Amino acid sequence: MKRIASLVAALIAGVTFTGASVAQDGGTLKKIRDTGVVKIGNRDASIPFSYLDDKQQPVGYGVDICLKVVDAIKANLKMPNLKVEFVPVTSQTRIPVLTGGNIDLECGSTTNSVERQKQVAFAPTYFVTGTKIIVKKDAGIKGYDDLKGKAVVFTQGTTNERAMKAYNDEKKLGINFIPAKDHAESFLAVETGRAVAFPMDDIILYGLKANARNPDDFLVVGEFLSDDPYGIMMRRDDTEFKKLVDGVVAGLYKSGEINKIYAKWFQSKIPPKGVNLGFAMSDALKEAIKNPNDTGVGPCGRMKC
Amino acid sequence: MFSQFDFDVIQRSLPFLWQGMLFSLGLTLLAMVGGIVLGTVLALMRLSPYKIISMPAGGYVNLLRATPLILVIFWFYFLLPILMKKITGNPYATGLGPFYSALITFTLFEAAYYCEIIRAGIQSVPRGQVGAAYALGLTYPQAMAQVVLPQAFRNMIPILLTQSIILFQDTSLVYVVGLTDFMGAAAKTAQRDGRLVEMYLFAALVYFMLCFGASYVVKRLQARYNVGRI
Amino acid sequence: MDFSVFLQPAFSGGGVYLDWIYSGIKWTLLVSILAWIIAFSVGSVLGVLRTTPLAWLRVPATIYVEVFRNVPLLVQMFIWYFVLPELVPKDFGKWLKTGLPMPEFTNAVLCLGFYTASRVAEQVRSGIQSIPRGQTAAALAMGLTLPQVYRHVLLPMGYRIIIPPLTSEFLNIFKNSSIALTIGVLELTAQARQISEYTFKTFEAFTLATVVYIIITLTVVFIMRRLEARVRVPGYIGMQGK
Repeated sequence: MKRIASLVAALIAGVTFTGASVAQDGGTLKKIRDTGVVKIGNRDASIPFSYLDDKQQPVGYGVDICLKVVDAIKANLKMPNLKVEFVPVTSQTRIPVLTGGNIDLECGSTTNSVERQKQVAFAPTYFVTGTKIIVKKDAGIKGYDDLKGKAVVFTQGTTNERAMKAYNDEKKLGINFIPAKDHAESFLAVETGRAVAFPMDDIILYGLKANARNPDDFLVVGEFLSDDPYGIMMRRDDTEFKKLVDGVVAGLYKSGEINKIYAKWFQSKIPPKGVNLGFAMSDALKEAIKNPNDTGVGPCGRMKC
Repeated sequence: MFSQFDFDVIQRSLPFLWQGMLFSLGLTLLAMVGGIVLGTVLALMRLSPYKIISMPAGGYVNLLRATPLILVIFWFYFLLPILMKKITGNPYATGLGPFYSALITFTLFEAAYYCEIIRAGIQSVPRGQVGAAYALGLTYPQAMAQVVLPQAFRNMIPILLTQSIILFQDTSLVYVVGLTDFMGAAAKTAQRDGRLVEMYLFAALVYFMLCFGASYVVKRLQARYNVGRI
Repeated sequence: MDFSVFLQPAFSGGGVYLDWIYSGIKWTLLVSILAWIIAFSVGSVLGVLRTTPLAWLRVPATIYVEVFRNVPLLVQMFIWYFVLPELVPKDFGKWLKTGLPMPEFTNAVLCLGFYTASRVAEQVRSGIQSIPRGQTAAALAMGLTLPQVYRHVLLPMGYRIIIPPLTSEFLNIFKNSSIALTIGVLELTAQARQISEYTFKTFEAFTLATVVYIIITLTVVFIMRRLEARVRVPGYIGMQGK
């Protein structure tokens, strides 16, 4: 009994201790000035937004844009020697790691959603995509309804997971879902035949396919199951910092520099294998560049619910 | 598709794997030192005759020993920052980075296990020794520091080291929050290049050689100490 | 803090978030218990083999124990799940990945079971070795064969002595079952993580999971203490200084 009593005591102590609400953060810029470091969350396999190249360094479209933000922070704080530190995050960890203060910016493939905006803030949309599935060519899957009763792998913590599950519930497909930690692992589940499909933002699927050992074995199929506008993620309620980041992104759009960065990652050879995704800028992205905005998708996974 | 294996992938990624190994080894060594220090404090608290001191320590130890390590890693990785903010009032107290977050987690977690080993070790020192120390006019802290703990630690070294080998194996679990320890580095390379078979077998081999070698050394050490004691 | 979150309708699958916790508990217990059956039986055999006077039985058992003890469980989990199907003949590998019912679950059970078997083996061995040699000698002198000595003398004593360490091995399996989440088994820890992801109520989700782990641990400890008291050999365990 003594043991139980001490356990209960420890539990109660723990509860009252940690039960506080999240403290309102202020001054990411102040933190960066004090520590001399900007911490950027990077992904393992969000090709071509944020992934590891052949030297295991984080690179990508999102990383480049974040580095532009870092330049602006350097100028703003008059600290030309500011250090940049990359912290690996996954779809699951990115939000708690950001709100916890372990990273200041996340420049990967994070969908700006109204739900996530309750936790974090987003810079203006820098890419527009949506959920599709990747399948093996010889699997004979033409669309979502062919997935009935099959194994489907998803990356935990993504909007695509929700879109696919909602569709499964709605159509009563009885899909057998397999969770995976990150996109590379999910893709491998399809490659090795463990799952027949992987729902993900189409652009990421094209990136994974292009870098696969046998790209021709795979097909990206389906209509968009959800809308997914990507944005740089930062902490909420930090108007000063958000203004700076928003300004940098809008500046890239206004000056047209975004076109160069876009071409570098979507229309040229990219590491590690030197493939060219050959992905022209969509009308939706052109629109987002013309009118920079941080509107998120609604709870139904669409821009208009 | 894996019909031809490509073991070159290991050689290509050696520098990255080495960095991961440094993370794992550093984490193990520092968490071991921190865990043993904190574990000693907890053990002394648990042995205190005052309930107000022994109960919290007992609660802490039993709580952590009843919780899976993965859940503890999640607790600390996701909720420690919020707790730190609350305590220090500094919203960025844990701009700590992944290494130090992991270090705190493993130190606090392993301390519970070290505590039980150390407690048993202290209890194995004959009571007469404490009595003798008091008779010589030593205070409680002096008796502990100069008489009991040195003997206790001498007896416990093999078990503490064995626990540290388990700690080294446990550090691979930082994989679940995406950090790049040795296992994380192996998994990231494996997944990027689609070389799961080669990398995971290599990781298993490396862990085996290190842990087997270390346990062998511990066994030799134990044999020597045993002879010394007889 | 808002624990009412568990009564909110869950995102998927009908029901409320509490149902996810129930399902997590179910899988945690299933993995633990099935793995324990493997660990106990395989571990007992290995432990016995390690104490036999016959080297050709002892050596393989020793190698097994050393290999399974010195590779992290996470790595073993990945080898069962990701590596094994690629090393066996292609058709069998394909069956392992898709034909096998609930491949993640099955792999997790096998992995945990065979891993813990190495630890159980060590406990069984030390239990048998703690029995005074005189008992074996006496039994052999009475004309019992070696298998009979194990059956009637060493094992009944040995198992009683090692009930406490076996209890902690079971609790280890129970805690280690959370590692199954790395290959996609939605056990209790994974469900807590998933709820925190869907609701952002991280604190509440982890607290509930932790409380459940503690309650189950305490229940197991309580039952095993009762069992230990019932089968105690009078005067024997006291001799061990316990």
